[in-house]
Amino acid sequence: MITNFFEGIGAYALLMTKVFRRPDRWRLFYRALVKEIQLLGLDSIGIVVILSIFMGGVVTIQTAFQLSDDPLIPTYYIAMATRESITLEFSPTVVSLILAGKVGSNVASSLGTMRVSEQIDALEVMGVNSASFLILPKIVAQLLFNPILIIMSLFLGLWGGAMAGDLLGLVPFEESVMGYRLEFIPFENAFYALIKTVVFAFIIGSVSAYSGYTVKGGAVEVGVASTNAVVRSCLAIILANYLLTDLILTS
Amino acid sequence: MIQAKGIVKSFGENHVLKGVDVDFYPGKTNLIIGRSGSGKTVFLKTILGLFNPDGGSIHYGDEVLGEMSKQRRKTLRQEIGMVFQGGALFDSMSVAENIRFPLEMFSSMTEHEKDARVKFVMDRVRLEGADQLFPSEISGGMQKRVSIARAISMNPNYLFCDEPNSGLDPETAIVIDQLIQEITHEFGMTTIVNTHDMNSVLEIGDHVVFMKSGHKVWEGTNDQVLGSTNADVEDYVFKSKLFKQVRTALRK
Repeated sequence: MITNFFEGIGAYALLMTKVFRRPDRWRLFYRALVKEIQLLGLDSIGIVVILSIFMGGVVTIQTAFQLSDDPLIPTYYIAMATRESITLEFSPTVVSLILAGKVGSNVASSLGTMRVSEQIDALEVMGVNSASFLILPKIVAQLLFNPILIIMSLFLGLWGGAMAGDLLGLVPFEESVMGYRLEFIPFENAFYALIKTVVFAFIIGSVSAYSGYTVKGGAVEVGVASTNAVVRSCLAIILANYLLTDLILTS
Repeated sequence: MIQAKGIVKSFGENHVLKGVDVDFYPGKTNLIIGRSGSGKTVFLKTILGLFNPDGGSIHYGDEVLGEMSKQRRKTLRQEIGMVFQGGALFDSMSVAENIRFPLEMFSSMTEHEKDARVKFVMDRVRLEGADQLFPSEISGGMQKRVSIARAISMNPNYLFCDEPNSGLDPETAIVIDQLIQEITHEFGMTTIVNTHDMNSVLEIGDHVVFMKSGHKVWEGTNDQVLGSTNADVEDYVFKSKLFKQVRTALRK
């Protein structure tokens, strides 16, 4: 099992060296990139909107539940704690985990299907670097678009938190805004969130592409690869999250 | 001309090719036949350069495949057309886009020239009016024709077909076989077809190579195959009732 793991890491690294090559035709690369942004980015907006609003609401309710018993704590501190949770953890990590499920399975199954139906072999026979042609636009699309999704998620999460606090009478809307602005260091937390997002976007794109591209067999194996893509991406995101948090916040 | 000299290929302990020597001639449909597991597909992929042989060499004209530079190998690939067993059409592209793809990727043609070339090959394989359809919207026979059109769009010197008429009805299979032979003769390509189908052998086998257990055991033409006295070929060719009757009729 350990041997398999290290063989897998080696195969993944070798695949990435094939992926990051200059595209044969830039025009085809840009065309593929636009398609991938549509498929992997724009089509994910809906789920990110719903998830972020409700996630913000839940964080506010939970924080209020913990802090509201103490009359000495002003209610806008609930909003401040919500802001920290959403910015530092929930938006970049939870949304990335959800995207790993949605986008990762899509990437792995589409590449896996191309592999088992010999479409990748057809590209190789033509002399096309299939890894670069198929995978690079997917990774670049996510590196470009996931930060946009996460920024959107940050705003919607905070808005959802403020709305939930106001509707349930836990934190008035104005106090939520005050709490969100309290001791806020512009760009520091957002910068941290964006660094995590970019790393997670690379993980989602590359790990799921590796799972799909290396499929051997038929439809069953494509299904297994799709599941593996999600599991591996999620595990890699959780590990990277720990390392990045340790690296950025404690050093 | 393609020459395979002493090709040896193993996967672990599984010795698939055990020293195969074959010459494939230009302007002829060269067929590789044999039972499943005889090494046909591995041999075809080795000739294509998708597998590196453990021993022996592949010659494209005067050049040895294993000694070519990366750049030369890449340009050689543009001289090769391949028809896969399942068609291997890009399902996100329309018929015309599939055929146009190699031109977009490698040619320096103008848009107008590419349009003209796509129209020419589509007409050549009798696919008029199908340009905007997607692979999922066309029949298996049409998919094979699209695959052939894509394979010849760059006007290749070498055409490889891996079981091109598998899964097709007998009538469509004959149409595909005849199409392959026509374009081979018309463009003077070196065509190598990997097949199980005895109808194909008799229909288009200008040069037939019979493989068994990783060895070439017989070669000849489609006219010679029915009269072959090689026990392995006889056993393979006359397995079906139909061909047993053909043999009886021939002996009378």
